[in-house]
Amino acid sequence: MEYSKEFLRALMEKMLLIRQTEMRIAQLVTDKKIATPCHLYVGQEAVAVGVCAALEDEDYVFSPHRSHGHFLAKGGNLNKFFAEIFCRKEGCSGGRGGSMHLCEPSKGLLGSSSIVAGVLGIGLGPAMKRKIMGEGGISVIFHGDCVPEEGIWHESLNFAAVNKLPVVYVCENNLYAASLPLNERRVSDNIPEVAAAHGLPTQVVFGNDVLAVYEAAKEAVKRAKDGEGPQFIEYRTYRWLGHVGPRDDIDVGLRSREELDEWKAKCPIKYFSNKLVEDGVMTQAEYDELFEVVNTRVSEAEKFGANAPKVDPETLLEHVYSEVE
Amino acid sequence: MSVMSYGLAINSAHRIMLEKYEECFVIGQGVNNPWFVGKTTVGLVDEFSQRRVMDTPICESAMAGAAIGAAMAGMKPIAFFPRMDFMYLALDQIINHCASWNYMFNGQVNVPVVLRGIVNRGGEQGAQHSQSPLALYANIPGLKVVCPATPKDAKGLLIAAVEDKNPVIFIDDRWLYDLEEEVDDGYYKTPIGKANVLLEGSDVTIVAASYMVKVAMSAARTLKEKGINCEVVDLRTIKPLDEETVLASTAKTNRAVIAVAEWDFASVSSHVAQIIYKNQFRTLKSAIEKVNLPNVPAPASNALEKVYYPDENSVIEAVMKVMA
Repeated sequence: MEYSKEFLRALMEKMLLIRQTEMRIAQLVTDKKIATPCHLYVGQEAVAVGVCAALEDEDYVFSPHRSHGHFLAKGGNLNKFFAEIFCRKEGCSGGRGGSMHLCEPSKGLLGSSSIVAGVLGIGLGPAMKRKIMGEGGISVIFHGDCVPEEGIWHESLNFAAVNKLPVVYVCENNLYAASLPLNERRVSDNIPEVAAAHGLPTQVVFGNDVLAVYEAAKEAVKRAKDGEGPQFIEYRTYRWLGHVGPRDDIDVGLRSREELDEWKAKCPIKYFSNKLVEDGVMTQAEYDELFEVVNTRVSEAEKFGANAPKVDPETLLEHVYSEVE
Repeated sequence: MSVMSYGLAINSAHRIMLEKYEECFVIGQGVNNPWFVGKTTVGLVDEFSQRRVMDTPICESAMAGAAIGAAMAGMKPIAFFPRMDFMYLALDQIINHCASWNYMFNGQVNVPVVLRGIVNRGGEQGAQHSQSPLALYANIPGLKVVCPATPKDAKGLLIAAVEDKNPVIFIDDRWLYDLEEEVDDGYYKTPIGKANVLLEGSDVTIVAASYMVKVAMSAARTLKEKGINCEVVDLRTIKPLDEETVLASTAKTNRAVIAVAEWDFASVSSHVAQIIYKNQFRTLKSAIEKVNLPNVPAPASNALEKVYYPDENSVIEAVMKVMA
């Protein structure tokens, strides 16, 4: 497969943006400058970036609590993002949402939910719209490997399948649900088989290779848009940090140093940057420069967020009901 | 104007909304089965096709979510639950998502969905086929709750609910489906948030909602023969509550009975009573009486049902107490 240099460079930049943003937030949480619970996406960047590269602005993305990566990959505004993490007025959700509730309607981000499996229901909505109206974007629903343990996952897949809805389910299998590993929650590592039993065409893909992620997503998105009904992709990946916050949970015995090191060796960013340099898409110096450019952007956005005005307490009662006419 | 039953008035509102808005659609179990949800959806599939009037697999949560999410994307869905008891299965989508969304995202994503819960009780159906939990939904910030008691309002409130920019829980009661009255043809709205004085009187105010409005009206007719003039206020909307109309009535009568077929603990009735007490404590002539369900699950046995559901006599007894 041939890709343009601009396309490859854009993927690299988005992945770096997510990584550096998340590492910055980890530091801010450690320094107690941020209180809102932050579920960090470090280690999984290739999934959000690869999938969103296969989408248009009009396509909808629904995410759970760990949604920073999806928001940034789908084109959410970085300054508004940081302002929301600081729960400020200029935030993408006006400081009423916090880290787990990000939105940017113009980019197909109608809002992320912190209830496990919550978006498996509402995520069907835009797909229903497309089916009824014959226009509009498809729905992409990101979810973790614990979500198939919830009842609504089965309801959602069956509902989408029987109605042939244009939904792409993206399961990011990072092997853990909060603190509990997959093998203590399922009789076997069989999520794609269960999805297939609901009638969905299913792919299983290494989630740390952004181009493999992109190719699988492109295929699924095309099928969904062509009216072939819902599609399912399981991306095998790993989160470097614990369920929430900056700690890695090794000290408390939730996982082993060996396991983490094994996955760090498969770092999606190192994997892709090495490939780009080896293939002559960019030189090491160009990569280093890109890294610095992104770093500066993140610093500026952090400053924007930290200095943004707090939400006016007088507005507490606003927006319970829509004031749209 | 034509004489129309409550059930067919709901049907008429569906038809008018489906005609008016391309983005309106209807989804729920049994929408096109031989009974058409008490005739409320009769003819809709034939007229508007299965693309816009659709049955659903048995998955209240995903079905509600699909409607709620479609509303977020700009559609005007009517999702219905043939028995409200089953709507509990969708509470995560309704409370955590639908109700909170506009606030959580600072007014950027509103949710103009109608969630229609149908009360279907009596006939020894028992605890899980009998509920009408008005207060549960009214307690949630972000939801509006309406419960029409007449054919006119069943039609007008459903149209208003579809056109509202916010999620509206529309609760209709199968015990009212055969009630008939003159109903305006064509499009009109009953305003959400406005109660209605159905009967004027000077001695006592009966504040009622849904099916209990019908019961209150017949109690008022009986009481009139005994020389007691009741004013009957039909709440029509539970949330936002029309405090003004309630208080204007009780300011005149200085006596109140609140009749709603709900469990009385932490109820709509308690809330209405608190509002009256707070505003008219010094002028009330007697303590407020409530006519509610006893705090037990609905029984099956007909012998128990008879004492479980309040009737005309329950309202008359309550009125006699506040008049004493």
